[in-house]
Amino acid sequence: MSTPYAKLPAWADYGLLPLINLIVAFFVAGLVVLLVGESPLEAVSLMVKGAFGSGRGIGYTLYYATNFIFTGLAVAVAFHAGLFNIGGEGQASVAGVGVAVVCLAFDSILPWWVTFPIAVVAAAIFGAAWALIPAWLQAYRGSHIVITTIMFNFIAASLMVYLLVNVFKAPGQQAPETRTFLEGANIPSLEPLLNMLGIAARRTPLNITFFLALLAAFGVWLLIWRSRLGYEIRTMGHSPKAARYAGIGEKRIIVITMLISAGLAGLMALNPIMGAQDRMQLGFVGGAGFVGIAVALMGRSHPVGIILAAILFGMLYQGGAEIAFEMPNITREMIVVIMGLVIFFAGALEHMFRPAVQATLASLKPSSMGLKPKPAGDA
Amino acid sequence: MADAAIELVGINKSFGAVRANRDIHLKVEPGTIHGIIGENGAGKSTLMSILYGFYQADSGEIRIGGKPAAIKTPNEAIAHGIGMVHQHFMLVENFTVLENIILGAEGAALLNRGIARARGELHRLEQEYGLEVDPDAVIEELAVGLQQRVEILKALYRGAEILILDEPTGVLTPAEADHLFLILRRLKDEGKTVILITHKLREIMAVTDNVSVMRQGQMVATRKTSETTVEELAELMVGRRVLLHVEKGEAKPGEIKLSVRNLTVKDSRGVTMVKDVSFDVRGGEIVGIAGVAGNGQSELIETIAGIRKATSGTVMLDGRPVDVTGAADPADLRRRGLAHVPEDRHHMGLILPFEEYENSILGYHNDPEYGSGPFLDLKAVEADARDKIAKYDIRPTDPHLKTANFSGGNQQKIVLAREMEQDPGVLIVGQPTRGVDVGAIEFIHKRLIAMRDAGKAVLLVSVELDEIRSLSDRILVMFDGRIVGERGSDATEGELGLLMAGVERKEAAE
Repeated sequence: MSTPYAKLPAWADYGLLPLINLIVAFFVAGLVVLLVGESPLEAVSLMVKGAFGSGRGIGYTLYYATNFIFTGLAVAVAFHAGLFNIGGEGQASVAGVGVAVVCLAFDSILPWWVTFPIAVVAAAIFGAAWALIPAWLQAYRGSHIVITTIMFNFIAASLMVYLLVNVFKAPGQQAPETRTFLEGANIPSLEPLLNMLGIAARRTPLNITFFLALLAAFGVWLLIWRSRLGYEIRTMGHSPKAARYAGIGEKRIIVITMLISAGLAGLMALNPIMGAQDRMQLGFVGGAGFVGIAVALMGRSHPVGIILAAILFGMLYQGGAEIAFEMPNITREMIVVIMGLVIFFAGALEHMFRPAVQATLASLKPSSMGLKPKPAGDA
Repeated sequence: MADAAIELVGINKSFGAVRANRDIHLKVEPGTIHGIIGENGAGKSTLMSILYGFYQADSGEIRIGGKPAAIKTPNEAIAHGIGMVHQHFMLVENFTVLENIILGAEGAALLNRGIARARGELHRLEQEYGLEVDPDAVIEELAVGLQQRVEILKALYRGAEILILDEPTGVLTPAEADHLFLILRRLKDEGKTVILITHKLREIMAVTDNVSVMRQGQMVATRKTSETTVEELAELMVGRRVLLHVEKGEAKPGEIKLSVRNLTVKDSRGVTMVKDVSFDVRGGEIVGIAGVAGNGQSELIETIAGIRKATSGTVMLDGRPVDVTGAADPADLRRRGLAHVPEDRHHMGLILPFEEYENSILGYHNDPEYGSGPFLDLKAVEADARDKIAKYDIRPTDPHLKTANFSGGNQQKIVLAREMEQDPGVLIVGQPTRGVDVGAIEFIHKRLIAMRDAGKAVLLVSVELDEIRSLSDRILVMFDGRIVGERGSDATEGELGLLMAGVERKEAAE
């Protein structure tokens, strides 16, 4: 049976639809805010001000966004191969071990610009390694990647507690964290840059990892749309049968894609560990692995969309904290509700408004639909 | 004169910018078999979907028995006595016939009463229309022809007076198709009205009373079947004169290019689909494999193409062995000059969401001409795609258009262009014209003949007997996984039909 609607033009698919979803999400969130007796308008203004109103706010927003770009890209790369990597959280945690080991080993002997690249490689390798077993199980044993990666999140969580308490914790210390890194593992903050741009920023955690995230986004674009491997990944994601027909090794693609995906998730560890806290703390991933799923969904698995969605979620994180601080009735948990609504509308209900938008566009301006749909009488 | 069973008045339906149905007027007399023919994309299925309540017309009116009827859902269509037998059966495979028939009309929360009633009713229908089928058989164990009978029974059980059949013979042997036509005539004699949608002109001539021709969303003509000819209908469908017969010279068979010996293949469930098959294909000849769908042809060609593994047997390509039981790899075989146009264009031969030019390199995407190192040279790929678009007259000519937006015939041309332009020594073609319109069929057939004349070995699998007969230099017939006979291109349809149905199997096995 033919599809009754033509495909949406790209600008509507990547711009209009997410925007509508977002507006509806905020509208519903506004009702929630109203319900607890606060003014939604005030909440919005607090959030925007909190996220973008000051240099410090901007710094925090982009700092969170950096995390989400990495984890969002990770989910997106796997998506393109038809795989759902839920394990970003665990992969980033374990990658943190790699980063910490490199930092602890070299921070007293090497300058930061040598330590950093080594840490980047270590983060990617440790993250990827954590996905190797789920990837192998999916490829060779057919164990569903969603189940295995979730399980590996739990294993990673326990492993991190063990390592931080029993291995990394400095003697005589109470908190489950490594010692503070020395000069050689301190990567530059972007405060000077923000200040140069005329944005007065103090004590923000934003650091050069942000540029690494942008670079990674470009790399993913190159991989998916410009490389032969990306072609194979997309082929498999759309049609495993076509991949087999084309001689693309399904098992090979599953393993490689998952390693790349998990490697990207692993890079996220650099941002909090080397860029902000200068040590590895328990729970440094802070849910970024899961937010990455929403970011990838909202960004339509495209690097540009992911960067935008990541900034949006960075704003929700930062601005949300501000609301929780200023409005006594709105707790941190309420902020999570609001973020949940955004995820719900952007991700789960992605297709809710699609038919209406398609019908409206088609009736407004048939030529905007551009393409000829699948021939209707496909008998 | 009695009111028409169905009358469509000024039906219009657009999908976005495309007008699938334009001002359609159609009158179907009660107690007749009315054929509707047209190329793919002519709007036949859309029209029937409107009649059956899947879509709503933008404007126009449906009259049933002379009275206007608003049909918004299939349930309303059923209430108006319209039943539909879909091209792809809508049956629950692991249910029995009876369970399938009452599905959606169970009558009550507990099934016992509904089943008892259905059993009685089924018995009556069987008597009346000669539709014998065991009510307790499980669907997946029934032959395709019988499954179709269940679909017809389903419609009749729901009180259908008007029966729509969408391409009903695509999956049947000639004998099964003949039996279907008997049933349709019987239904007609009992006063039912039948609408038969097909693109096979022969069927129209064989069974219908009236025939309407659709082209590009419009109803271009309605004829009494007894007063028209195949040639006229073909011309009406395409809008120009069509060459229905392929013109080709004598084959000049050369060296053996592809040699298959004792090939046995099991499918994923462990069922042996190909049993001890041996044959050769020489350069400069087309060897056709005839057979009803599901008799092992698909598994056979997929194994030769390296997509499936064989359990035993050997395949030689240009005199060198192919590791069909082990490491045979489609990519490797392509490099060795074996091209494959797969049967399943939509899931295997193309990636429909890809842009056209991306599909023009599927399977060849690692060739040095399409890029350097790990990267693709999209400019080169696009230039190459434009070249193929021009050579194979693929329309629209936009390499950036999503492949799903091309018509069936043009999609098939994309696959053919990709596989043929690599200048392979051996070409395996599965169902080259399935879902392809008449105009494109002519083009594709000519291309296949040209490949043969250029000295290539062509192995053709098709469920269309006409196609096999007109293209092949030698015809192998497959039944139940075995090759049960070989005939020359002069074999008659009846002869092949019997082989396809498994008759003569003993004689042929010797």
